[in-house]
Amino acid sequence: MGQKRYSAFAIAREAMRQHTGWDRAWAKPTPKKKYDVVIVGAGGHGLATAYYLGKNFGITNVAIIEKGWLGGGNTGRNTTIIRSNYLQDPSAALYEKARSLYETMSQDLNYNVMFSPRGVIMLAQTQHEIRGYQRTAHANSLQGVQTEWISPQRVKELVPIMNIDGPRYPVLGGLWQARGGTARHDAVAWGYARACSDMGMDVIQKCEVTGVRTTAGKVTGVDTTKGAIDCDKLGMVVAGHSSVLAEMAGFRLPMESVALQALVSEPIKPCMDVVVMANTVHGYLSQSDKGEMVIGGGTDGYNNYTQRGSFHHIEETVRALVETFPMIARLKMLRQWGGIVDVTGDRSPILSKTPVDGVFVNCGWGTGGFKAIPGSGWAMAELMAKGQSPLTEEFNMFRFREGKFIDESVAAGVAH
Amino acid sequence: MLVLHCPYCGVDVDETDLHGGGEAHLTRHGPGSSDDEFHDYLFQRANPKGVHFERWRHVYGCGKYFHAARCTMTLEVFGTYSAQTLEPPQEIKDAIMAKRPDWTGGAKS
Ligand SMILES: Cc1cc2nc3c(=O)[nH]c(=O)nc-3n(C[C@H](O)[C@H](O)[C@H](O)COP(=O)(O)OP(=O)(O)OC[C@H]3O[C@@H](n4cnc5c(N)ncnc54)[C@H](O)[C@@H]3O)c2cc1C
Ligand SMILES: [Zn+2]
Repeated sequence: MGQKRYSAFAIAREAMRQHTGWDRAWAKPTPKKKYDVVIVGAGGHGLATAYYLGKNFGITNVAIIEKGWLGGGNTGRNTTIIRSNYLQDPSAALYEKARSLYETMSQDLNYNVMFSPRGVIMLAQTQHEIRGYQRTAHANSLQGVQTEWISPQRVKELVPIMNIDGPRYPVLGGLWQARGGTARHDAVAWGYARACSDMGMDVIQKCEVTGVRTTAGKVTGVDTTKGAIDCDKLGMVVAGHSSVLAEMAGFRLPMESVALQALVSEPIKPCMDVVVMANTVHGYLSQSDKGEMVIGGGTDGYNNYTQRGSFHHIEETVRALVETFPMIARLKMLRQWGGIVDVTGDRSPILSKTPVDGVFVNCGWGTGGFKAIPGSGWAMAELMAKGQSPLTEEFNMFRFREGKFIDESVAAGVAH
Repeated sequence: MLVLHCPYCGVDVDETDLHGGGEAHLTRHGPGSSDDEFHDYLFQRANPKGVHFERWRHVYGCGKYFHAARCTMTLEVFGTYSAQTLEPPQEIKDAIMAKRPDWTGGAKS
């Protein structure tokens, strides 16, 4: 505890002494016998949940258990688009909470997460999308989320490299969120981990949860590759592995795990300073601070736990983007990778109690949960500490039985 | 790219000619079923990390649905079979057992 603060002054000081004075950003603890709360999964959502348990509720006897490395799941694999222009009220509330927390996250965590509210355009390329996004823009103004419907000419002004009269899918307008943008994904995980460790929580890496222990329908602990660990409350925050964890605890989830891929190009000079999403053709494009064009697409079409997808999906994504951005046609691609995303029946997340007393789940973020990390952690911490949260109420796992979907098909059925 | 054998056409088919249809052998509940049965049929999925029985449609071929047994952890295909069956045929189960001796058949709910 008592991390030294990062600051311009600290950088100057360390520059004078060969950078020998930096502390480890987080401790490397051996697991204790028992914790009040165990969180499975040190992705953004698990870490943020732990962080707000400590910060908002003073619960710091917490372990975050990760089978791989910090942020090595989808949190470190995504294209980092942040926006909150959702159609349904429960989504807008949760995603806007998250977006607003991103605005101050670097100061709050004393860790530069490079939040860049450069603006996000969702292109309308069909009549259906025009109607859909205009409806969303109206919904957003009622929800207090700042978005705007803009003309093709305004799109062209914002993104000069775009060809707005493509032969198949001309640009007919766009939904513009000026305070959407991107952030540094690893830094989000690292910043939370450092803050959690500083509060006395144990971030335990390379430790896989292999079983969930229960007595009389209540959780008592978990089995791990580093031995049994007792807990009063358990939060499962494992994205694509949620069905596997649920099975350990004896229940099932309305979910399937599929691969989602992304790729980046060689770095080029700055040419696009906003994020563009083309949902009809499943293509997403932004330029990183290093100059790489960051490209995302739609999910692969079958259940998959391998973090690899099919090559032809990448081809489809790139083909679609080349029509709208002809100048990227000759770019060389540097890297390509995949993550396993957790897709629910209505494409909205699950933040919920479960049939097992003391077990909570936070999953189903699918192709779009990076943007939600701080809001999700905030809400999940409240749910775990108090047993309920206004932000999670409608995201409970039992909604499917009632038919009370949070239907974001316009917005969330695709990668973003 | 996945390559699956279409049991109707008798040819090996590239994934680009196919469309995934999700978990196979679901019990199709209809009018008169309970809410729980409907819920499970419509939304609950096994989603195993391992052996998965699934539907595929040969969209750019015969247009018919067939079934495949595949490992979601390695992408290995154990075999494909006709969709006109309520459970995987014995030779598919044998093919799985030969490669996954500790498989318990748990993928089917
Ligand atoms: C290619 C791609 C692009 C994306 N683009 C965007 C985007 O632009 N914008 C956006 O908002 N979202 C995007 N997403 C989605 C976003 O990445 C995820 O929704 C989000 O990162 C999920 O965070 P998480 O903490 O829930 O999961 P993860 O970061 O996956 O963390 C879960 C952790 O649980 C661990 N775990 C699993 N099983 C166990 C076990 N048994 N024991 C211990 N630990 C375990 C895993 O190792 C993993 O580290 C994208 C995803 C991908 C794959
Ligand atoms: Zn066929």
